[in-house]
Amino acid sequence: MAEFLAMGGYGGYVWSAYGIAALVLGTNALLAHRAERAVLRELARDLDGDDDDATA
Amino acid sequence: MFTFLHKYASLMHFYRLSTRWSSVLALVTAVLMAWGLYGGLVTAPADYQQGDSFRIIYIHVPSAWMSLFVYMCMAGAGAVALIWRIKLAEIWLRASAPLGASFTFLALVTGAIWGKPMWGTWWVWDARLTSELILLFLYLGIMALDNAIEDRRTAARAAAVLTLIGVVNIPIIHYSVEWWSTLHQGPTVTKFDAPSIHVDMLIPLLVMAIAFTTFYLAAVLARVRSGILAYDRNTSWVRELVGGARGNAHG
Amino acid sequence: MTVARVFSAVVRRELRRAARSQSEALYPLIFFVLAVVLYPFALGPDPTLLAAVAGGVVWVAALLAASLSLDTLFRNDYADGSLELVVLSGAPLAVVALAKAAAHWLLSGLPILLLAVPLALALELGAQTLVILLASLALGSASMSLVGTAVSALTVGLRGGGMLLAMLILPLYIPLLIFGAAATANAALGLGAAAELYFLAGLLVLAITLTPWATAAALRIRMG
Repeated sequence: MAEFLAMGGYGGYVWSAYGIAALVLGTNALLAHRAERAVLRELARDLDGDDDDATA
Repeated sequence: MFTFLHKYASLMHFYRLSTRWSSVLALVTAVLMAWGLYGGLVTAPADYQQGDSFRIIYIHVPSAWMSLFVYMCMAGAGAVALIWRIKLAEIWLRASAPLGASFTFLALVTGAIWGKPMWGTWWVWDARLTSELILLFLYLGIMALDNAIEDRRTAARAAAVLTLIGVVNIPIIHYSVEWWSTLHQGPTVTKFDAPSIHVDMLIPLLVMAIAFTTFYLAAVLARVRSGILAYDRNTSWVRELVGGARGNAHG
Repeated sequence: MTVARVFSAVVRRELRRAARSQSEALYPLIFFVLAVVLYPFALGPDPTLLAAVAGGVVWVAALLAASLSLDTLFRNDYADGSLELVVLSGAPLAVVALAKAAAHWLLSGLPILLLAVPLALALELGAQTLVILLASLALGSASMSLVGTAVSALTVGLRGGGMLLAMLILPLYIPLLIFGAAATANAALGLGAAAELYFLAGLLVLAITLTPWATAAALRIRMG
């Protein structure tokens, strides 16, 4: 296991590269997901506003 | 055939279909990533010259391929948006830009990290890396232009023109940077050329490339869905959808 | 109106406007000279060093000056509403685009060519090399005007204006810079620069053919 992490002495380079990749891809996935939820929430709020405008 | 395609261009229809596709794509991405990472980090033998540092290739090369692939998708979407004014194409283009820029950034960073153990410096003005750098500027420019224009549709179409100007320039840039590189470094082999690649090293690379592609598709579909909701916010189907979601939240 | 009449009308209008507000036309040129002059301060006055970098320095300064002067290309027309009128009037926009680029070159590219002579000599560039530098700049600056007109049409009136324009245009200028500077460097070494000049000429032909349509599309999108 230690050998695997050490990557023949290049561990720092290899793992930081993979780490940054995980960060970049993960952030993209997260932001995409969040954007979808945010739009739905915003539209729901607009809808609520419309209902309030309707006369009783 | 056009009626078949037009069905998909309908935003509502695409929204419904893409939700299904996204889950499948996410699953496929996870499986392929796991397979590719295992192959790249464990199974593939260490390189004769570079040792284990070569394993960065499994991030660097797929990122670089994706940075160009996404740009080509954007150029295609841009052409469709300009010629036929298809809203879905406009949304696709705007949704893809941050993803393409991310891949380009990743290619550059992993290229630099790989460069340090290979040649001792964090950056070399290698032809391919330099071309990637210019590509990043193209992406940032498209995102900046898109951001600067208020109206969504105008922004998308302006970004489309810029993307197409860029796509014509990409071969020109690529060629001129290669010219420039050999001019200043002499006719050496481009530093990222692998002489001949062992099949055990190659398969994880291809798997990762496909994994990155399915990742892009899953992520861009999520962004496209947000865009569709924004475009069609006043239609009945969106109001129904949102109303239903809100009902579920309250009820 | 015929194509030729539209073309000459637009060019004449641009020249007349430049004659009226000379500062707008002059500032980028002063900037060009300044940008070049900064380098000896940065690098020291050693003639050998200056001669080695002279071609690149002049080229970079020309790029920067061009991107600055592009900002005003459509700005005044946009501000007074005449740009919208031109687009809506059904005038041949590709011709207008070509005319705007030609006017820009006359007011920006050509003066830079003239200014490059004393500047290059101040940077210890040899006479033979200077000829190649001017040839490369002539071809390159024309392409700069053409491509710049398209991007300027895309960004007209946007917040971030000039900087946004520069950010978009400079990556597109890099191939011109590569071949222009390479031509000059080759000439300085006594080698031939024909290949690089041919490439610049080829890029110019490409620019003349394609950019007017891009500009026209950009104007319709922004002003339509």
